[in-house]
Amino acid sequence: MTWVYSERFWLSLRAAICLGVILFLISPMVIVVIISFSSAPFLTFPPPGLSLQWYRKLSSSSVWLDAIATSATIMLPSALIATAAGTAAAVGLARGRIPGAALIASLIMAPMIVPVIITAAGMLGVFRSWGLQGTRLGLIFAHTTLAIPYVVFTVLAAMRLVDDQLESAALTLGATRWRAFWRVTFPLILPAMLSGMLFAMVISFDELVVSIFLSSPTVRPVTVQMWSDVRGDVDPTIAAIGALLLAFSVGALGLETVLNRQRARPVVAAAAEGTLPQGVAP
Amino acid sequence: MRGWLVVPAVLIVVVLFAYPVSWLLVLSVTDPEPTLRNFKMLIEAPVYLRALWNTILISGSVTLLCMLLGYPIAYTMAHVGDRLRRLLVFIVLFPFWSSILVRTFAWMVLLQQKGLINKMLVDYLGLVETPLTLIYNRTGVLIGMSHILLPFMILPLYSVLSRIEPSLSQAAASLGAPPVRSFVRVYLPLSLPGLVAGSVLVFVIGLGYYITPALLGGPGDAMIAQLIEMQIADFGNWGLAGALAVILLLGTTMTFLLVSRSLIEGGP
Repeated sequence: MTWVYSERFWLSLRAAICLGVILFLISPMVIVVIISFSSAPFLTFPPPGLSLQWYRKLSSSSVWLDAIATSATIMLPSALIATAAGTAAAVGLARGRIPGAALIASLIMAPMIVPVIITAAGMLGVFRSWGLQGTRLGLIFAHTTLAIPYVVFTVLAAMRLVDDQLESAALTLGATRWRAFWRVTFPLILPAMLSGMLFAMVISFDELVVSIFLSSPTVRPVTVQMWSDVRGDVDPTIAAIGALLLAFSVGALGLETVLNRQRARPVVAAAAEGTLPQGVAP
Repeated sequence: MRGWLVVPAVLIVVVLFAYPVSWLLVLSVTDPEPTLRNFKMLIEAPVYLRALWNTILISGSVTLLCMLLGYPIAYTMAHVGDRLRRLLVFIVLFPFWSSILVRTFAWMVLLQQKGLINKMLVDYLGLVETPLTLIYNRTGVLIGMSHILLPFMILPLYSVLSRIEPSLSQAAASLGAPPVRSFVRVYLPLSLPGLVAGSVLVFVIGLGYYITPALLGGPGDAMIAQLIEMQIADFGNWGLAGALAVILLLGTTMTFLLVSRSLIEGGP
């Protein structure tokens, strides 16, 4: 039993477990990408050879092209609205003296805490009676709502780091309140605002549960199309579209990393407070 | 003075989120008529009780799995050099940012009868004679959900572990404690807040899971979210869906409240 006392034994055990877990975390994504370049006519791994046939099929399929266009036209407006409304709210929460600010903050954060299935069901019922079910506008509204908490969260974290003495200094030097904000505070929170917008874009593009409830055969985002295909006839076209979704996420994550070189990552900070976003989930 | 800036976001959230959600919750006691009939039905029908039990059991097992898989990674992240740490953070955040549907689809490919895992177990390693059934059952659900929820365990745990004084473990070692004892008596208790925070996140998010169990599970693995979807899409029974939503929401908030209170009282 002397091995129990050996530092080395525990170190190598930990290294082995870590390698296993890293493999577990990464391999599904890697495999989707590899299969998307498969030359086989069906889903198999490892593929017998490489080809671009599934991407070619994707680019000539009106169903998938429509779905991509639908997703993009939902993502852009909802990310923009969520960023504008979310940034404003974060500034208001950080600087305005609002009665019941804590309550308002938790209301705005609620869409990322309430399980998405409940949000989806409620939105289906209410949006249907408003004539929004199955419309692009309905999906834009839904995605905006889901994304707002992430923007507020990210920008609020940045606002807390901004010294409000800076703005007072600008005021004493004769700047108007408006000008002091735009020239002093805004540039400081801009990176956070942009990463909030990236969050919002990824959330909208990857969102599935609410989209299943609110989409229609004519307005069908990529994820919903994929969802209905996955449960039927699966061919590697799905892997190709999956690889594109992954590329989008990695691109956004990379961009976010570059934006926030100096700052603590919002996700880790969020995790530290035990309030990690969940909307990306289920 | 800048308070009015919160108005647009509050309006959006109230009209497009709070109203629809409360509308659904209220239906639980008003649809089809104002009684507690829906809740009575949930308690009396074994189908629903079984799904509730499934939900708790699956979420609980996933939490346990994530603890076992996540702790070594979080520990390593907290105790290695900057470069390796950044790589590990990226490895954890990459799945975190990726589409859940794509990841679940990947597991469908990997876990199939003729998928990579079975191919490895049977042909390359020869560990089993016949392919294992890894999908459309509980195993598939647990693997898929653990994969998706693991980052929610690792990140809070890491943030706590990275703040533990290394000198404490060194002190234990210099006083003659073997690695295991120094870990169990010194390190583990200090890491408890992170472990609890991560577990609550994983458990609570797991409770509301829909996509992964629907794609990787069998008929016996239906969780509460699938039941809600079924009541609406297949039966148009909004009252019962509302009642299920009330229970899910209660479970979620109660877990959060209970744990945050115990953390505040017993916390560091």
